[in-house]
Amino acid sequence: MILTSEEQYYLTGGAGPAVQKAMQILETLGQIYGAERMLPIQSVQIAGVSYANLGEAGLEWLSEMAEGGGKVQILTTLNPAGMDIENYRTLGISEDFAVNQRRVLAAFEQMGVVTTCSCTPYLFGNLPRFGEHIAWAESSAVCYANAVLGARTNREGGPSALAAALTGCTPAYGYHLDKNRQPTLHVQVEADLRDNPDFGALGKVIGDRLQSTSAGRVPYLTGIEEASLEKLKSFCASIATFGGVALFHIAGITPEAEKYAPPAEKLKVGPAALNQARDSLTDARMADVDFVSLGCPHLSLREIQRIAQLLEGKQVTKEFWITTSRPVKGMADRMGYSDIIEAAGAKFATDTCCVVAPIAGRFEALATDSAKACYYAHAKNHFKTRLLSFDEVIREATR
Amino acid sequence: MILKGRSIFPGQATGEALVSQMGISFYGGVDPETGVITEAGHDLEGESIARKVLVFPGGKGSTVGSYVLYRLKKNGHTPVAIINADCETITAVGCIIAEIPCLDQVDLSLLKTGLILKVDSDNGNISLISD
Repeated sequence: MILTSEEQYYLTGGAGPAVQKAMQILETLGQIYGAERMLPIQSVQIAGVSYANLGEAGLEWLSEMAEGGGKVQILTTLNPAGMDIENYRTLGISEDFAVNQRRVLAAFEQMGVVTTCSCTPYLFGNLPRFGEHIAWAESSAVCYANAVLGARTNREGGPSALAAALTGCTPAYGYHLDKNRQPTLHVQVEADLRDNPDFGALGKVIGDRLQSTSAGRVPYLTGIEEASLEKLKSFCASIATFGGVALFHIAGITPEAEKYAPPAEKLKVGPAALNQARDSLTDARMADVDFVSLGCPHLSLREIQRIAQLLEGKQVTKEFWITTSRPVKGMADRMGYSDIIEAAGAKFATDTCCVVAPIAGRFEALATDSAKACYYAHAKNHFKTRLLSFDEVIREATR
Repeated sequence: MILKGRSIFPGQATGEALVSQMGISFYGGVDPETGVITEAGHDLEGESIARKVLVFPGGKGSTVGSYVLYRLKKNGHTPVAIINADCETITAVGCIIAEIPCLDQVDLSLLKTGLILKVDSDNGNISLISD
């Protein structure tokens, strides 16, 4: 691997131990994956923020990097934390957990990371442009950045994303290179995709198929006529969760699709396959549901507006978490949506989500519109799930 | 016997080999306090990786696994060296942040649990000291 003189200087410790460690990580990954050089990058998204996932081990390493003089060189934002930084008590998060979560955020802050904790940084100013090289670590946001925005990133882990932020570069391999952005599987969608669960189900169908293919992991979808930002973010979360996908193309919708012809290997997805995937994510009866959540990935302002519309004048009967980013919550406050939602008894769980908060075993069954949230509810928190449309979830909460 | 490999993180160490035929998930699969493998059904379940030359095909699971190796370093329960067939990101990053000598692209078929190995990741060599 050929390094510039500045990169060499970092590697030999000239800029301090944290930057040296960062460069060691990037140089080694570059060697493993056959990169010829580093690429300058413009933006970083770091995952591994919840103390529930990091533990003392992760926190110690972050503190050592902060003490070692690490400072981010470019715009760097954070994934959701394990709690609402301001209102964790109303969510039933313990004081012990809060203390440790704050230590994590303090270490990031010391390094100059913007401690807005969200999986949708593209909704509030961490918005890379087409063709820009970045290093992002939230799997759904990686997919959104690559596919929908046309920026270029690999699926980074927490340490490699931080390393990229401290050095301003990432090794040139994987999805940074044209040859790896070519589609490998033609997905012919032969069904109407009505709502977020349909897009989530589609992500699961494709993800399951990719487990048993030797071809690459870049689907090329045809037959989708319309997909809003909200549906695309739901699809990104699902296909990344079930298929480890970092990039897809949708003819007529995503910006790189027109560069390519549909690949030869084909997967047809009709209503039966979608319904089967949808059903497979529902194993709870209506009566079991004691937890309701919207916002995986974090809600857009438009979605919060819809929640306020449907909750106005009603009362929720179950624990209902509205998960979003702090900046979008601020807009909802200004527009009066937050007051309506909170008057109905629903709770904002800002900065966090039902995937990374420490709530394992706390509830019986979750109702949500997110296929990703269903997966982690089972795998991590031992809840049963019901996958419903956005509006149905709100009705369920007030039933 | 001398085996060749590719250096992932440099350094030299000597220790007893602990060989697995399975992938290891450091997050969730290894106790970060003791170094004991806890994954149910793993061929090393119940064995401690502490102070061993740990030999396995490659890592798997959550990227948080890198931090577990760092935690083991802090409490003195890390392997003295790691040898893989194909080192992936999680193990590589873990070895870098925990400063564990690591080699990959090694023919693992010749390595058996209990062999005493000298790992020289500065020069990409593994030599058999004794069985």
